[in-house]
Amino acid sequence: MSDGAQFRTPASDARQISPTRRSFVLGGFCLCCLPGAGPGAFAAEGPWPTEEIAEGIHVRRGVDEDATKANADAIANIGFIIGRDGVLVTDPGGSLTDGERLRSAIRAKTSLPIRYVVMSHIHPDHIFGASAFSGDDPVFIGHYRLAEALQQRGAYYRGVLAEILGEDRVGSIVAPKMEARGKSEIDLGDRVIEISAHSPAHTSTDLSLLDRKTGTLFPADLLFVGRAPSLDGSLQGWRDVLADLKQTGVPRAVPGHGPASVAWPQGAAALDGYLAVLQRETEAAVEKNIGIDAAAKSVAQSERAAWKLFDDYNGRNVIEAYKEIEWR
Amino acid sequence: MTRFCLALVLFAAIAPAAMAADDETARAERWNDLRQSFFGQRPILEGSDKISLDAPDRAMDAALVPVTINVANPSQVKAVYLLIDDNPAPLAAHVAFGPAGDPRSLKLRVRVNQYTYIHAVEETLTGELFATRRFVKAAGGCSAPAGSYDPAALADIGRMKLRASEQSSGDGSVEAQLLVRHPNFNGMQMDQVTRLYTPARFLKTIEATYNNEIVFRLETDISMATDPAITFGVRTSQKGKLAVSARDSSGALFESSFDLGPQGS
Repeated sequence: MSDGAQFRTPASDARQISPTRRSFVLGGFCLCCLPGAGPGAFAAEGPWPTEEIAEGIHVRRGVDEDATKANADAIANIGFIIGRDGVLVTDPGGSLTDGERLRSAIRAKTSLPIRYVVMSHIHPDHIFGASAFSGDDPVFIGHYRLAEALQQRGAYYRGVLAEILGEDRVGSIVAPKMEARGKSEIDLGDRVIEISAHSPAHTSTDLSLLDRKTGTLFPADLLFVGRAPSLDGSLQGWRDVLADLKQTGVPRAVPGHGPASVAWPQGAAALDGYLAVLQRETEAAVEKNIGIDAAAKSVAQSERAAWKLFDDYNGRNVIEAYKEIEWR
Repeated sequence: MTRFCLALVLFAAIAPAAMAADDETARAERWNDLRQSFFGQRPILEGSDKISLDAPDRAMDAALVPVTINVANPSQVKAVYLLIDDNPAPLAAHVAFGPAGDPRSLKLRVRVNQYTYIHAVEETLTGELFATRRFVKAAGGCSAPAGSYDPAALADIGRMKLRASEQSSGDGSVEAQLLVRHPNFNGMQMDQVTRLYTPARFLKTIEATYNNEIVFRLETDISMATDPAITFGVRTSQKGKLAVSARDSSGALFESSFDLGPQGS
């Protein structure tokens, strides 16, 4: 894809796929009986529960935990948008299991073809479900730097996940077929989805989506609500991107972690506050010659009660922020 | 070394579990091998009253693990060694101090590839060796870069920054931190354009002098974190110049100098 190019697919050849009831059962139920799958906690529920947060937009809320065998890395908010001519998936999920459940949830709602699978960024809880959709032959969409990031980290992430979930439940790495740069658009027939590829923020591979039809923003992990944010790109960059996204003028956003949907831009307030404290106190630590190790233990502790999993992420965020700030 | 590191990538995920079974025996054997390969038959004495090693029990970021080495009798110290037992290249640092160096406290940032002992070894002016160790839980620092390294950052390679503490210790010593921009590529990152692995390229030596007297000479390798940071003591008498020269594995030489004195830079 060249810089700033648009990819608009009319999807005129919409294939009609009529999954049988049996395939729902296979997708949603029998998976849990396979060796290496979770303890079957969700076995009886059939398709994984999703919530229709706006017309045609379905979101599965992730659990506020780190990846475990029991949760099958279903820890991120994932979902899909149903348009007149097809379905767009964002994100495909944290494991093959997670992706297969999402796929059966889609098939319970519509038989329209799954045309696009958006991988919002490099982190495994958002993208390892992609291979569950390979049979649909969708266009896999990622940031133009995603392929490079997958080369650097994909095998490592996959190894770690395999250890937790079991080799057969992880899913394989899927490279993006369409590399998003700047702004692009996807036409689902009755709705156009705008895709923005951002400069380094949460990670170096962040995409956000916008559905003007319902006024819904998909910032993915550019928005954390309630669960501790993780910084893996640029602190200043994240604050800048968040400020831009707040100007979008839509009433609703789907966080990458947290509730299935929040009011926008009010839903960004807590994250804004955390990133501001992280930056201010890390700058002060660098200024006062407080070492990176001591800073990791002291910076942003006032935010501790506001976030789940705070102790698992804050120290590392401080280290990332410190590295960025000490070179200024 | 690169190939060894690559092999470790493939098995990084199972290594911690596999280590659990034969852990302490295997770790003791590992250290025995290391001490023989680095120090030969020289005796190494238990030295926790002479040298201390501070590192997090569980690293928050395996690609940047801050380590502090303090020595009790700085005037008797010739050099310190930092060995990360189970890293692909265990010798993270060999720091030899010169007349302008104050060995009392040294801070480095290292990569830790799997759960491992880290050893700090002090070599005295009379040639005795004292060691202390610490167990660190971290994984993936070698194989999983914490942040993608922007190729554009290579344009900035070799840039240095010096930060000196405001107050001296009373005897003319000043603590200073040197930052060096360097990706310390370990040979595992792939170039998207050429589809070839970016060759390993990492800092091998950093030498600092103060008014032409040696402060320290550091030998290092891929166990050092991206953008190496070293905090060290300098014996300062009057305002002077701290000159740094660093050489990487490609032979490139980077040089900078900074004004430094008892009242800070």
